[in-house]
Amino acid sequence: MMALCDLPAFQIADLVRTGQVSAVEVLESVLDRVRAVDGRPGSLDPGGMSPEDEQYIHAFITLTDELAREQAQEVDQMIAEGRNPGPLAGVPITVKDIFTVKGAPATAASKILANYQAPYTATPVQRAIDAGAVMLGKVNLDEFTFGSSSESSAFQPAPRNPWDTTRVAGGSSGGSAAAVAVGEGTLSLGTDTGGSVRHPASFCGTVGVKPTYGRVSRYGLIAFGSSLDCPGPVARNVTDAALFLKVIAGPDRRDNTAATVPVPNYLDELEKDIQGLRIGLSEEFFRVTYFDAETGELRQNPIPEEIKRAVMSVAGFLAQLGADIVMDVPLPHTKYGIPTYFVISRVEASSNLLRYDGVKYGYRAEGDMGDLRELYRKTRGRAFGEQPKLRMLMGMYLSAAQFEEKYYQRALRARAMIRSDFEAIFDPGGDYALDALLTPTTPSTAFPIGGVYGDSVLMQYSDQLTVTANHAGIPGLTFPTGFDEEGLPIGAQLLGPDFSEGKLFRIARAYERVTEHEEWRQRRPPLLENVQG
Amino acid sequence: MKEKITPEVFQRLVDLAALELSEEEAEVLRRELNNQLVSIEVLEGIDIDEEVEAASHGVPYPPERSPEPRKDEVIPDPHREEILDQAPEREDGYYVVPDISHEELE
Repeated sequence: MMALCDLPAFQIADLVRTGQVSAVEVLESVLDRVRAVDGRPGSLDPGGMSPEDEQYIHAFITLTDELAREQAQEVDQMIAEGRNPGPLAGVPITVKDIFTVKGAPATAASKILANYQAPYTATPVQRAIDAGAVMLGKVNLDEFTFGSSSESSAFQPAPRNPWDTTRVAGGSSGGSAAAVAVGEGTLSLGTDTGGSVRHPASFCGTVGVKPTYGRVSRYGLIAFGSSLDCPGPVARNVTDAALFLKVIAGPDRRDNTAATVPVPNYLDELEKDIQGLRIGLSEEFFRVTYFDAETGELRQNPIPEEIKRAVMSVAGFLAQLGADIVMDVPLPHTKYGIPTYFVISRVEASSNLLRYDGVKYGYRAEGDMGDLRELYRKTRGRAFGEQPKLRMLMGMYLSAAQFEEKYYQRALRARAMIRSDFEAIFDPGGDYALDALLTPTTPSTAFPIGGVYGDSVLMQYSDQLTVTANHAGIPGLTFPTGFDEEGLPIGAQLLGPDFSEGKLFRIARAYERVTEHEEWRQRRPPLLENVQG
Repeated sequence: MKEKITPEVFQRLVDLAALELSEEEAEVLRRELNNQLVSIEVLEGIDIDEEVEAASHGVPYPPERSPEPRKDEVIPDPHREEILDQAPEREDGYYVVPDISHEELE
């Protein structure tokens, strides 16, 4: 018998709504799992790492078990009164600690917000709770989401990969993906600015969605790159991701960029066949482009053969199911995704990070301060980690009056070119008329802890295959396709035109159905072997 | 390749960003910034048609997808005290800060 915490969300909601299990029972099962696998939560003053620490996941910064118990009891009360708590009835979720939730700390994994208690709840979190979800706690991430490994969190130990705890969970939503992969919550709410949902989801063998920009409200999301940030689901299967997105998506009077596009019921389309859908493959996504640090010259390397094989095998299955696979789709500006991101995201971050000043909330430097400027400098100097500092300084440089045209304006025009690449291949009247593009999600599987951290350029390039969707605003979905020789998950990504999430879910679900009985689908993270239930 | 972000340029950025850094930290950050700039410089090499306009966001917002402008009305926040309580130092509904830099006029 599977433990309740390992069941899919749609099944839990069903069992709870029909009174077969209580929301409190589900919660207890999940809390048992957290106690068994998580180890100590991230803290600002962690001391040294013990060998035992290295065996655990460390997904959490704050466990809100009391709050969760109240929510679960409320769900059970509604059931007892014959009312329907909603589509996520009793489903335990975690929230990346970059969203505000009333009554819980919102740290952004930074010392500067470590003591901040959010006075309000982010829209997507509120919608999940209103749909019956039970929030377990706030999970770890790169400081202010700035990274692709979750190692830069000020709250250590950082999350570890459930499939091999010597590896990173990916980032920046590393806590979200690691937690979902081991049953510490059935769903998690992450954010994706350059790949931060899809990257860790791929590294941890889960499903992750970056919805269309504007599909999900950003109200209550602590901002990084405001024109790129997208809240999105992490789940263990495609149906759960679709269920979760349906709940959190839609317009919001508190976010004017939340588009007034009706939210379809993604579950209605999910099981339909994919006969005749046109799915493209592009060489641009099967290589990584680097720029030599000395000369700036363009260098290209193919992605690892194992990852390529995994993605081609997905294409093979989709073709068997009747999809038309279209080869050699041109997306010539893909290689400029990272340089363009280096500019746009840094300029936006530097503007968003200026609000932390030690006056209205958060950390304030102690001691005698000559004047207000000194308070700002000391507060910010002591409480921001390396990444926020780097990003602010770079943003200041790139948007300085004398360079603005050369860097920022040029990057915004490069973004327009990246967008036109996608518009051309998705244009129903165009040469390619694609429904979706199939690509690898990441240029590698999970790398060792400490293996890339410290090299901010190399780390950024880990987002090369995800970042263009953020520039273009289009939706992206990553789903597991198996494991490499070292037993690490390999993810594949589907990209589609604006607001085509429903079709991406349908394609990924078709693949999930046809591979249901494959050997690799039966694997569980090794550290669950010694866990009861 | 010549460093673009010299110690002088760097100091100016640090002032703008209002950061106090140790010497060691400053050196690490300055080196990383110069490394990142090498990657950014390639943008100069992209062939961009003159007609291409800057895109401040990817997804277009035609009127049918955009919320209507909200009425200009006051909606008092019910959490005034909780919000003020977050301040490291406050007094009589005001935030307390050290001296604000100023010059005495003659």
